[in-house]
Amino acid sequence: MSRKKQDYEHSFLYHFRQWVAGNVDPLEGTMEIRVPQKKAAETVAPDLKQIRTVYDPSKNKELKRFNRLYKASSLLLVLLLMGVLIWAMGFMPEIGAEAAPAHNATAGRYVEKGLEETGAVNFVTGMILDYRAFDTFGESCVLFIATICVQILLRVDKDSSWRKGRKTEEAEDSFRPGEDVVLQKVSTVLVPLIFIFGIYVILNGHLSPGGGFSGGAIVGAGLILYVNAFGFEKTERFFTGKTFKIITVASLSFYALAKTYSFYTGANHLPTGIPLGVPGAILSSGLILPLNICVGMVVACTMYAFYALFRKGGF
Amino acid sequence: MSILKIALLAGLIVCAVSVSFTKKLLTALIIYLSYSTIMAVVWVLLQSPDLAITEAAVGAGITGILFFVTLKKIRAVDEEEEHEP
Repeated sequence: MSRKKQDYEHSFLYHFRQWVAGNVDPLEGTMEIRVPQKKAAETVAPDLKQIRTVYDPSKNKELKRFNRLYKASSLLLVLLLMGVLIWAMGFMPEIGAEAAPAHNATAGRYVEKGLEETGAVNFVTGMILDYRAFDTFGESCVLFIATICVQILLRVDKDSSWRKGRKTEEAEDSFRPGEDVVLQKVSTVLVPLIFIFGIYVILNGHLSPGGGFSGGAIVGAGLILYVNAFGFEKTERFFTGKTFKIITVASLSFYALAKTYSFYTGANHLPTGIPLGVPGAILSSGLILPLNICVGMVVACTMYAFYALFRKGGF
Repeated sequence: MSILKIALLAGLIVCAVSVSFTKKLLTALIIYLSYSTIMAVVWVLLQSPDLAITEAAVGAGITGILFFVTLKKIRAVDEEEEHEP
């Protein structure tokens, strides 16, 4: 009995479940980039006088010559590039010309059959979330990867020496900006309106201009305003790293599961069984509405995560 | 081309050139944000409101906030204020 329990505590599944529950952070203590502490003997005082003579153009003739050559060659390069670009502009078709390569059968098909096939009144959303859903999936994944890269670069551990050393300084106050009364009163009025507008833009993505990306950015901006007014303690009650993990992974997985079949069948659609509905109604155009919500949630989480990581190195 | 369009395009060029000639990081950032705002209006005039919303939210909003935080982190904002008086 006891042996069995021990085995379980060392097993992969146990660690994985602990990680999912948020009890163990495997990145703790291994990810943070620390500046190696220099020993006093290793630091040699630089000879400032010699450095100044080397980098002073009036004393160093080679540097003077190099500076002139550098400026002349960069000017020449820029002028050459400008000339090439202006020359190439002459070969471009006129704006609105009928023979332009942009006016092929694809664009015509989108305009003529788009409403009928996707059910979206807004052609742009119909295009990016139905015909070109693969591109949008890639963009959402790029945002996810960008968050991970920012985390690699800017992560600060919870019991980090950097944070402990700074606690006494006033720099710690910059993490908790929740003392400004004017900002708090204004954001009490503005934040709900911004959230509602962002949600409106996301949900009406297939009817009016907007969609997942812009709506998600608006919601993210509202979250950032809220953090600025009330501090991180208030947001950490409903948005932590665990929430970020769950929302982002769930949204991306749903997107992938909902659309992979058409990626693998060469974008030949199988019928989804979801009725397209009446064009113009909020519950129409099949999968576009849920996909818009997924993209919007990923973008909003990414924006907030960027801000939190920039501000205090974790969330 | 209407007068509004010409004024907006001229504003874009002025902003783009003046960013590279500005020495102060904070001023350069604010000019860059005004560039994004003008660009959002230009997108509306070019009849692509989808791009206009995204440009206004991302270009003029969130990019600006991230830049401000970065400037605060590297203490570029505080130091300039100390030198001013």
